[in-house]
Amino acid sequence: MKKHLLSSEDLTADDIATLFATAAEMHDVQRREVKKLPALRGRTIINLFFEDSTRTRSSFEIAGKWLSADTINITGKGSSASKGESLRDTVLTIASMGVDAVVMRHGASGAAQQVSQWIDAAVVNAGDGTHEHPTQALLDAYALSRHFGGDGRLGSLEGRHVVLVGDLTHSRVFRSNVITLTRLGAQVTVVAPPTLMPSGIASWSAAAGFATSYDLDEVLPKADAVMMLRVQKERMSGGFFPTSREYTVGYGLTRDRLRVLGPEVPICHPGPMNRGLEIAADAADAAQSLILEQVSAGVAVRMSVLYHLLAGEGTA
Amino acid sequence: MPATTEPAVGPPGRTVLDARDIARALTRISHEILERNKGHEGLVLLGVPTRGVGLAQRIAARIAETEGVTIPVGALDITLYRDDLRRHPARAPQPTAIPAGGIDGRTVVLVDDVLYSGRTVRAALDALADIGRPAVVRLAVLVDRGHRELPIRADHVGKNLPSARSERVMVRLEETDGLDVVRIADSPDAARPTEEVAR
Repeated sequence: MKKHLLSSEDLTADDIATLFATAAEMHDVQRREVKKLPALRGRTIINLFFEDSTRTRSSFEIAGKWLSADTINITGKGSSASKGESLRDTVLTIASMGVDAVVMRHGASGAAQQVSQWIDAAVVNAGDGTHEHPTQALLDAYALSRHFGGDGRLGSLEGRHVVLVGDLTHSRVFRSNVITLTRLGAQVTVVAPPTLMPSGIASWSAAAGFATSYDLDEVLPKADAVMMLRVQKERMSGGFFPTSREYTVGYGLTRDRLRVLGPEVPICHPGPMNRGLEIAADAADAAQSLILEQVSAGVAVRMSVLYHLLAGEGTA
Repeated sequence: MPATTEPAVGPPGRTVLDARDIARALTRISHEILERNKGHEGLVLLGVPTRGVGLAQRIAARIAETEGVTIPVGALDITLYRDDLRRHPARAPQPTAIPAGGIDGRTVVLVDDVLYSGRTVRAALDALADIGRPAVVRLAVLVDRGHRELPIRADHVGKNLPSARSERVMVRLEETDGLDVVRIADSPDAARPTEEVAR
């Protein structure tokens, strides 16, 4: 593996297989009375979150703690960034304290990449603008792999048809997921209204080998798994769709569509969900919903990532 | 390693134990474990991956033949508990599988192929402490080659093998390598970590 995890492009299929195998072992720790491994004892990890986050930040924090690293959280609000300090100065200040890794979320695409050039510590991209969120893609694929494997085993995603639906333009999760899933051999179709389909996706889909569609009802019956994406109201200046109701009718995982999907097809959502908008409560709480499994997989996968970035020889 | 490319031939060097010697050693260890434990009550065998797991299963099979009972067998990976994690590239942990009954109050016999510095066993004891609280922990090894760096000794030893630090002891087992043999050879690189540490 490379020194940093900035993009899903950084990981080969072999890297992902290694991360998943390790995550499977880490997953068992969650069932133990003593949820602690000594692997990263003496290492310090800073979670630097300039955007709001509940699950990603707490997931990284738990992952670090269960590996015995010292983890410290810094959020944009309440840090010197709110006094006008530049990102570079904030990061250099933190790096001077001798940290081994910086887990970073920032509203600007490419922020993690930029930070990795300023400091020696390993940098993990925990979401940068509308660009990427590689650990989310890993945990999604890992949760699906466990689902298809059954009994806690890891199954193959080769040839599985995964459908991603929603606000693709503003979704970093979608970008990382398409890269990771296609790398694992899954057949991917992305579905969105024309206004939320990123410009230039035609050339990317041709090169990366995934399909695009504007018609959810046409794609849904052929899905082996469906991944709903959040409608990111906070990133929209308006005008992407006429009304919430209209979005739900066209692209929401409604009760009717849940019936079309059948009870065997797993439903994923990276959270937080807009219940009633992109996903109906019936779908979110359905037996086939992997949403809570995704959260628990998130800790295992992040433990695996931190372990492989920080445990070995020559690491930060 | 030569054994992985030519499993049928095995690694070079002088043969210390052949298949029959290994079988005899494991039979003796099985009897010793039963004798020491005064029967099979409360026994759990935990093999240290990779080769310790196969050895633990063989010992359990012998106990089943003698006593007519099935002893719980598991695997205890120590990768995440090693004290040399930062001296090697990060390696993926092997599966840990604790038998359904757990280890609390049990007599746990750790099983490994080679006992050398004792650091693997120290890591295994740390791992055990995180999983539960056995009543007793014992150690069974196929080969004890000496050169301990920690105050650790085995309770059951297949063969004591005095060796020089510069030598390598290579255990190959049917389950993992396609043949049963223990060989000793001069290390091509004396500075290379030992078999035990480099596993």
